[in-house]
Amino acid sequence: MKPQETQKPAANSVLDQRKRQVVTKGDALFDIACETKSVAGSVSQRACVFCGSRVVLYPLADALHLVHGPIGCASYTWDIRGALSSGPQLHRMSFSTDLSEMDIILGGEKQLYRCLVELIDAYRPKAAFVYSTCIVGLIGDDVEAVCAQVSREKGLSVIPVFSEGFAGTKKDGYKAACDALGRLLGTGSTEGIVPHAINLLGEFNLAGETWLIKDYYRRMGVDVVATVTGDGRIDDIRRMHGAALNVVQCSGSVMHLAKRLKEQFGQPYIRVSYFGVEDTAKALYDVAEHFGDAAMMDRARALVREEVAALMPELMCIKKDLAGKRAAVYVGGSFKAFSLVRALRLLGMGTVLAGSQTGTKEDYRELEKICDPGTVIVDDTNPLELCAFLKEKGCDLLIGGVKERPIAHKLGLGFCDHNHERKKSLAGFVGMLNFAREVQATVMSPVWQFVPRPSGAAERTP
Amino acid sequence: MSAAHDTGGAPAAATQNACKACMPLGACMAYRGVEGAVPFLHGPQGCATYMRRFLIGHFREPVDIACSSFSEETAIFGGAADIHTGLANVTRAYHPAMIGIATTCLAETIGDDMTMMLHQHAEKTEEGNAPLVVAAATPSYSGTHADGFHAAVCALVNALAESGACGEAADVVCFTNLVSPADLRYLKDILADFGLSYVLLPDYSETLDRPTAGEYEKIPKGGVPIDAIRGAGSARASITFGAAFRPGQHPGTALLDKCGVPARSMGLPVGIRASDLFLRHLEELSGRATPEKHTAERGRLIDTYVDAHKYLYGRRAVVYGEEDLVVGIASFLDEIGVVPVVCASGGRSGGMAQALSGTTAMQRGGIQVLEDSDFVDIGEAAEAAKADLLIGNSRGVGLARRLDIPLVRVGMPVHDRIGAQRIQHLGYRGTQSLCDRIVNALIARDQERSEPGYMTM
Repeated sequence: MKPQETQKPAANSVLDQRKRQVVTKGDALFDIACETKSVAGSVSQRACVFCGSRVVLYPLADALHLVHGPIGCASYTWDIRGALSSGPQLHRMSFSTDLSEMDIILGGEKQLYRCLVELIDAYRPKAAFVYSTCIVGLIGDDVEAVCAQVSREKGLSVIPVFSEGFAGTKKDGYKAACDALGRLLGTGSTEGIVPHAINLLGEFNLAGETWLIKDYYRRMGVDVVATVTGDGRIDDIRRMHGAALNVVQCSGSVMHLAKRLKEQFGQPYIRVSYFGVEDTAKALYDVAEHFGDAAMMDRARALVREEVAALMPELMCIKKDLAGKRAAVYVGGSFKAFSLVRALRLLGMGTVLAGSQTGTKEDYRELEKICDPGTVIVDDTNPLELCAFLKEKGCDLLIGGVKERPIAHKLGLGFCDHNHERKKSLAGFVGMLNFAREVQATVMSPVWQFVPRPSGAAERTP
Repeated sequence: MSAAHDTGGAPAAATQNACKACMPLGACMAYRGVEGAVPFLHGPQGCATYMRRFLIGHFREPVDIACSSFSEETAIFGGAADIHTGLANVTRAYHPAMIGIATTCLAETIGDDMTMMLHQHAEKTEEGNAPLVVAAATPSYSGTHADGFHAAVCALVNALAESGACGEAADVVCFTNLVSPADLRYLKDILADFGLSYVLLPDYSETLDRPTAGEYEKIPKGGVPIDAIRGAGSARASITFGAAFRPGQHPGTALLDKCGVPARSMGLPVGIRASDLFLRHLEELSGRATPEKHTAERGRLIDTYVDAHKYLYGRRAVVYGEEDLVVGIASFLDEIGVVPVVCASGGRSGGMAQALSGTTAMQRGGIQVLEDSDFVDIGEAAEAAKADLLIGNSRGVGLARRLDIPLVRVGMPVHDRIGAQRIQHLGYRGTQSLCDRIVNALIARDQERSEPGYMTM
């Protein structure tokens, strides 16, 4: 493969307005543009403010999640996350005020009130979240007032989430979700919380991952007070200010909450990731270090030794198949991209393209640091760009979400889902093995031999 | 869960687990059936992404939907600038022959004047470079994805069809409703077997079920050619499947009103009677008798009815989804002795009960018709009716598990199986496939439950 010769065509597929959102590591000046609104007509893979709020709050299983707007927003988000609950399953229902033409003309407050009362009576939730969709901002419903009224009448927290889809990007939705959770902070008793207690932030219990991570910390002698929001409960959020430390994964989505907890309650936070062996081990060590407890650190080391020893033989076997293969990574949050680049390296694989929908400048600088020279780094890309770079870079695998799947498949590339819809646990040490198995099953499948190579594409690795 | 709807007789306010999607989704799907077209949502970015995810999950094909990516400024100042930039960027990147615009609830509520915006866009665009632009008003609050589909089809007819267009006039225009790509391919075979020249509107038989060729096609090959839509105005007749159309959105009527093309209308041809009716239309239009090939398929289907009848008689099915599909399936079930005890849809055209009135089950008072319903309504009705099976999209899977009865997947979405594009519903062959699947689902259930687990059933 001679990347220099094919460089031009792929770069040509980038729309003029997006030129600064695509950068190659090794370029003289690394300066990526990001955190902007998607270019009209670019077929962005991004979602909206509502989506950001919905994904953060979704796993709170004992709350009512009512989407205030016409039916689409609720219909498309019904039971789409693999976020498990050990108890109530209310989060898996989809509730909508299903506004009709008359509501748009006359206002939707009455309909919202009726729905809230009806659903609270029927399901007796611990709290209710009301998500404002695009149209609610326009027709001027006083959602705050309706929530306050129902809150008084029904004696539970009814919390508005200001998530009008057009009012920003998915990231603004994360912030709106954190603001909504902010209303619950400090409202519960912290009695009985032990000194070595933490909160897990930005961990959503996809395929039971929260349970796995909680178990690691328990084995180190650390209690978990609340998880935001995997297998989440309202009462846990109310008392989470009693923990000694916030351990923040998926920092893009919940950093706002971590900062708020620090300001309001003096709770420190650290950033971690549970994807890959190195990152998971570091996540455990960093917590032990924070508590400055030698015995705890010893337990963490023993745990890591034991877990790594258990998975290494099979991992090394899989690595034989995968060494030298190349992957592309396009995910929602850039923190996940860092972990994936490292995890792929552990499998002997290189990353030729890395990008995210919502990364910040700092994120992309960090991503650039850990990537190999020549890696293309993209912000808020689209199918045609992605396609051009995948062809040019000649890779074996794309890691992304459901919308990216057909892009890879049509080009004859393997695809792995690393999105919030997945049903497979990819976190922790066990997750690394699951990830390796999935990558192997994807890349080594015999079906690819039947898919013609795209014209002009770099050769597949042997 | 059933307590959830105990509203003392008053209609429930909230929609819980919707049995519908929103209008622009259906419109995007229809536009996918036009050759060289790119669907374009006038609205916020999230709508396009959610709909793409829904359609990609079902068809397992790329579905690029462009978007004007509304922002707060757009909501205040209007979408003209975003439409202009968006259309220009799509034109540059995709080189489409047509851009099909579907509006969202946001765009309609801020009162964007689409005609004016498109006029301005055309003025700013160099002549010769501009693709054709067709727009449909599809605000989410005005109906379901099926309504959006019909709105886009009517928009295509109203914008493009011309009477007296040059070239050879087609024998028949077929407005097929929301059916699968495999259904469309089969319909084309049937029409060709009768020697009829046809226009299928829309035709996503190829675009949403592409062979893998090692290329990401910017715009998938296939679809009804734009000239063919223009020519539809001079066709000899049209046949429209379905009855659940909102006022002004019957595509056959639209073509009649605009170009005077005689319109025929019938339900979806599912089951023997409806398929017979469809073939009778084709016999009349072609002046030919039904080809032997199809008579033989009909015969084999009757043979299957006979083979299967004892497993089917008196079984109780819940059918849900788009209204026209529900009516089609229920009419077929009526032919094989399965009682469609609950016929439900999130749509509310008001015509479902009327369309089912000819069935034996309805005459015996055995059908509960639920319009404007959701999966909590459907669940309660299914439980009360002691249903033996569900027939509908994959959104009923939770209900099937709770009731511990099989789900036979039809319609859309089917997000939990491979091959949704190839599910057949129409004609003798589609009915054959449905009949086999339904009877086998019931037999499999009996076998699983039977203690000795016999090899023969």
